[in-house]
Amino acid sequence: MHHSIEIERLSYTYPDGHRALDNVSLVIQPGEKVALVGPNGAGKSTLILHLNGILIGEGSVRVCGLEVTADGNLGKVRSMVGLVFQSPDDQLFSPTVFDDVAFGSLYQGLPLDEVNKRVDEALEAVHMAPYLRRVSHHLSVGEKKRIAIATVLSMQPEVLVLDEPTSGLDPRARRSLIHLLRELPLTMLASTHDMHLVNELFPRMVIMDEGRIVADGPTTALMTDVPLLEAHGLEPPC
Amino acid sequence: MHIPDGFLSVLVSIVLWLFSIIVVAYALKRVGKDLGERQVPMMGVLAAAIFAGQMLNFTVAGGTSGHLMGSAIAAILLGPWAAILVLTSVVSIQALIFQDGGLLALGANIFNMGVVGVAVAYMVYRTFQKLAGDRPWSVLVGGFLAAWLSIEIAALGVALQLALSGTSPANIAIPAMGGIHAIIGIGEGLITVGALAFLYAARRDLVQTGSTQAVGGGLVWVFGLGIALALAVLSPLASAHPDGLEWVAEQKGFLDTAQGPLYNIIPDYVLPGVSNAALATILAGILGALLVFGVALGMAYLRRHRQTGS
Amino acid sequence: MHIHFLDPYLERQSPLHRLDPRVKLVLTLAFILTTTLVPAGVWPAYILLLALVLSVEILSELGVGYVLKRSLLALPFVLAAFPLVFTMEGAPLLKVAIFSWRLTASIEGLERFASIAVKSWISVQAAILLASSTPFPELLVAMRLVRIPRLLVAIFGLMWRYLFVLADEALRLMRARLARSSASGLPGAKTGRSVLFRARVTGGMAGNLFLRAFERSDRIYMAMLSRGYDGEVRSLPLANIRPVHGWVLAIGLGTLAAILGLSYLFSL
Repeated sequence: MHHSIEIERLSYTYPDGHRALDNVSLVIQPGEKVALVGPNGAGKSTLILHLNGILIGEGSVRVCGLEVTADGNLGKVRSMVGLVFQSPDDQLFSPTVFDDVAFGSLYQGLPLDEVNKRVDEALEAVHMAPYLRRVSHHLSVGEKKRIAIATVLSMQPEVLVLDEPTSGLDPRARRSLIHLLRELPLTMLASTHDMHLVNELFPRMVIMDEGRIVADGPTTALMTDVPLLEAHGLEPPC
Repeated sequence: MHIPDGFLSVLVSIVLWLFSIIVVAYALKRVGKDLGERQVPMMGVLAAAIFAGQMLNFTVAGGTSGHLMGSAIAAILLGPWAAILVLTSVVSIQALIFQDGGLLALGANIFNMGVVGVAVAYMVYRTFQKLAGDRPWSVLVGGFLAAWLSIEIAALGVALQLALSGTSPANIAIPAMGGIHAIIGIGEGLITVGALAFLYAARRDLVQTGSTQAVGGGLVWVFGLGIALALAVLSPLASAHPDGLEWVAEQKGFLDTAQGPLYNIIPDYVLPGVSNAALATILAGILGALLVFGVALGMAYLRRHRQTGS
Repeated sequence: MHIHFLDPYLERQSPLHRLDPRVKLVLTLAFILTTTLVPAGVWPAYILLLALVLSVEILSELGVGYVLKRSLLALPFVLAAFPLVFTMEGAPLLKVAIFSWRLTASIEGLERFASIAVKSWISVQAAILLASSTPFPELLVAMRLVRIPRLLVAIFGLMWRYLFVLADEALRLMRARLARSSASGLPGAKTGRSVLFRARVTGGMAGNLFLRAFERSDRIYMAMLSRGYDGEVRSLPLANIRPVHGWVLAIGLGTLAAILGLSYLFSL
């Protein structure tokens, strides 16, 4: 059984010269739920964009055994890694909920009855089945976030990567999102500032700062290391 | 379609500059009266949206991609005068900051994309709207034709300007520009329809108010129709340019030897009096589009009368 | 993730950067006009103009390589003029046979084509210099000198301000689409579906972008109203052009006029 995510000495410099990632190495086993924390600008989002080849840096990134490189593999990689972006508005670019959730499987060229089946399953998984014909634009932030997750689930990925899943949500929407994420059996990596979320859902925590991984270990252990947290712009949940 | 500096003669540049200045000045006055205070933020942000929208692309085949010019969608959503201002802003900044199109040639580029593109699109869409109302099919079909024609006519304008400047022989420029943009226009049409479909579902009011109450819209409508017909007819005539005759003779030699498949496809489309077969195809395509347009209108007109009659 | 590559302005302390933007705009336009007016084939004039623009490039501390690299972007359009080589009447240069086409290249045609290409190339460099050495707000000021209506300038300004914001949104929309554009690996499934499908999706994204732009403009309008906006565009009065810059303008225009005059004498 191959590792779900295997990152080896990954570095990336943006066109404007900013070195966002510096020799990052990380291994995530199938089924693990890992939280990625750190101050703004630590490189968390940059790292996430490497997982499905939107950005390609120096070093190696392997996802479910496939090497993420510019030539050839990206189609397969993107069907295995579901990336949920921070702003649901960016994720929902189609006219209706159905169109957005179906896009991933439609693009793959799957037959329509298979597409319909996957859409229904994905919306069921996020408890949004009645929203099938709605216009994405008119939904609330919480509803949009769930639909955004569904848009990715319809590709039936092995790994779910989320960028700030709880940002912008009111307490009720946040609570239902946590329930949802708890139910999903996928390997999960989430970049987040929400330390309570990390405590509740993610047994393993990786701390990033200035493009490097500064700590990687069990959440229970790292959460009590207050000096470590504060050194990297974080606060333990009270 | 943005013409760089050095390709247009000074005379052509100046004439088009004058025309553009007059139209834009009038548009500023019109927009001031129609939209009042809202104008600056709305035009500015919509211009930014069109500019950003031009970045959106989709793969056509292999490495090529299709994307948006925006005259049609702007005309449909904002009405003709505001659309002229928006496209003028987009084209001007593209020239000034990104060297997409020349500075002296800016008058021509504003004319082609801002004035002709908008006028033709408005003419087509408004006609559909007047006769068929805001029914989905009218929005989508009208939108597609408006977008396609706006690209095609603007492209013919560019070709004619290059020919008049002596930069490109007319009988190469016109078929080349007309032919390539007939295909590019399909991409524009599809994206425009996609955008209209989305907006129709999400904010129907935006799709409806844009073109309806434009004062002075009649003027734009007439100009749009006039320029479309003029360029569709002028182009093949202009391409019978003395400089090009020798080249046409050479090409005819090629056509005689090629025979076979080429002539089997083309005979239905060759019109009498036009010597260049490829050109005739373009002309036929445009007239065909206008014919389809006319038929669709005729049907819509009949339907409307049948309803009011009963 | 930002679109930082869009803004061509590079900050330097060069004389060109410090030159009054109004003078720069007028000189750039005059330069391009002069270049366009020089008749075809007057190579000494082209060399002079090229030398002029290259020396300004050096003066600007932007790097000649940088400007030349950007100038290549406009190159593809020269294909439009390429047929001239074969269609223009003149002394035959060489004959080319492609399939059954028999084409004759003429010297005049080649000269004409080369003239257009060189003129276009030189003009583009001048435009690049202007855009790379002048911050956009200063260009807006310069436009007022050329009598561009205040309303239009205000629209330009707002467009510029939100250009990067919306371009960012467009970029993120495309990334989201890319992340969901995958291959299933199942037999018989056509990745990417069809051109029609992709075009429709792109259209939806465009519609989305426009809708957000509309709503954003509503919010901006409210913010403007809250700060007293009443529809009339007001701006600070323009400062006078300092004498030094005035001299630069005069000398620049004089030089260009001289080159143009000489080129006409030469072509007689």
